[in-house]
Amino acid sequence: FTEAVAQTAAREPVRLVPFEVVDQAIPRPLTDTPGNAERGQRLALDRSKGNCVTCHELPLSADFQGNLGPPLTGVADRYEPGELRLRIVDTKRINPDSNMPSYYRVEGLNRVRRDWAGRPMLEAQEVEDILAYLLTLR
Amino acid sequence: MARRAAFLAGAGAAALAAGLALAQAPGPAPEPHRTITSPESGRNYATPETLAIQDDDFQNPAFLWVEEGEQAWNHPAGSAGQSCASCHQDATASMRGVRARYPAYNAAKGRVVTLEQQVNICRTERMGAPELRIDSRELNAMTAFIGLQSRGMPMNVDISGPARPFFDRGEEFYNTRRGQLDMRCGSCHEDNYGRSLRADLLSQGMSNGFPTYRLKEQRVISLQFRLQGCVNDVRGEPPAMGSEEFTNLEFYLAWRAQGLPVETPSVRR
Ligand code: HEC
Ligand code: HEC
Ligand code: HEC
Repeated sequence: FTEAVAQTAAREPVRLVPFEVVDQAIPRPLTDTPGNAERGQRLALDRSKGNCVTCHELPLSADFQGNLGPPLTGVADRYEPGELRLRIVDTKRINPDSNMPSYYRVEGLNRVRRDWAGRPMLEAQEVEDILAYLLTLR
Repeated sequence: MARRAAFLAGAGAAALAAGLALAQAPGPAPEPHRTITSPESGRNYATPETLAIQDDDFQNPAFLWVEEGEQAWNHPAGSAGQSCASCHQDATASMRGVRARYPAYNAAKGRVVTLEQQVNICRTERMGAPELRIDSRELNAMTAFIGLQSRGMPMNVDISGPARPFFDRGEEFYNTRRGQLDMRCGSCHEDNYGRSLRADLLSQGMSNGFPTYRLKEQRVISLQFRLQGCVNDVRGEPPAMGSEEFTNLEFYLAWRAQGLPVETPSVRR
């Protein structure tokens, strides 16, 4: 049964909530519910969700932290919230050669594993939650 | 990227004429571009503990596989009643250097074959024995045994002539972004070797140690099993082991590792 559901999901791409990119930023939130930083931190560590710590050092204790990307400490001082939102949603719009995945995008990908095809890596609310967590990193 | 940009920029009339002239002249294909000019074995990225296991044949669990392979070498199988030794005699002589130049172009098949596939060709076409499943214990035992006979010899595959189109397809696979994470092989193994992904220290993704004993799996794994893992990790749809796509990719990887000593059977985390 779950498999059948997953297959249906794979055939019809999930409809993303519309957003507007202005000056390398997404100024308006994707949802009406404000992001929750605590949930965002959990999502940033969760392998099946953000898994940001695989590539980025974060100011928290985790067994292993990656360094494929830059450390995220102080990121809220370096960027506006809208700039950080676009970096989570689709960082390739800023740097097309980036090796950071686009977390809220389903188009233009190549041979995505069947169980993920047509779905974004994060839900809209999860993007807002992770953003709320990033905004605590000063 | 730089090369692709240059290609597009050069698509003027002069370049087109030069291209046509090239297509007519029967010269050799141009040397492919090497992103990594001095390759490093994965052993340079392994921990001292892991290396201690690899460097002691008595500790290295892969030698259980090597022994099984040696036994199978001398054991008749199939309707023709022959063993590998019936035709190839002493493997330490006849198989020396083989691993270093595989995958290789097979004229009869008109394509490139991996060492695994060559073993299966001998089984099915000369011994009347069934194919061994890619990445099965029996086949990994045989390739570990054969591979050991080339240990220390430099990787040296031949990509010239009819082999070249297969190489080119492997190179294209390597450089194509795929999966939900939208990464190419080089995103990790060219742009970021020496950096960490959580607990994993990224190597250059060289293939000179395969088949390898993987501590995490507690068994000897074939190269294409590892490749499925890497594609899976970017949430890509992995090609089947033994497929043409992975065979061509393995061919490309062997060329990337050109000059590195065969380390079969290596040990990895
Ligand atoms: C597979 C690796 C990878 C993962 C996973 C990843 N990133 Fe990144 N990230 C990068 C890289 C590489 C950069 C450097 C900029 C570039 O390449 O575009 C970057 C840059 C950033 C930046 C800009 C930092 C700066 O100081 O300029 C932010 C913010 C960021 N990432 C947030 C995140 C968040 C949040 C997550 C998880 C939801 C995440 N990243 C997951 C690789 C990754
Ligand atoms: C009846 C004869 C015969 C038997 C039995 C046989 N082979 Fe072969 N093998 C050949 C011949 C002939 C070739 C030359 C390539 C070709 O035409 O297939 C070859 C080629 C090979 C090669 C490639 C060598 C190179 O230098 O490129 C390998 C590896 C190999 N055999 C392994 C095996 C193994 C392992 C077995 C047993 C499971 C085996 N062979 C059984 C006849 C045999
Ligand atoms: C998201 C990162 C990532 C991507 C993309 C990736 N790999 Fe890997 N790969 C790893 C990690 C982690 C390991 C284990 C540590 C190491 O050796 O780098 C590994 C190991 C390997 C190894 C074994 C190296 C050894 O010494 O044992 C090979 C070969 C390899 N990868 C090839 C590939 C190929 C080919 C591709 C593309 C199809 C690919 N990888 C894509 C992360 C990646």
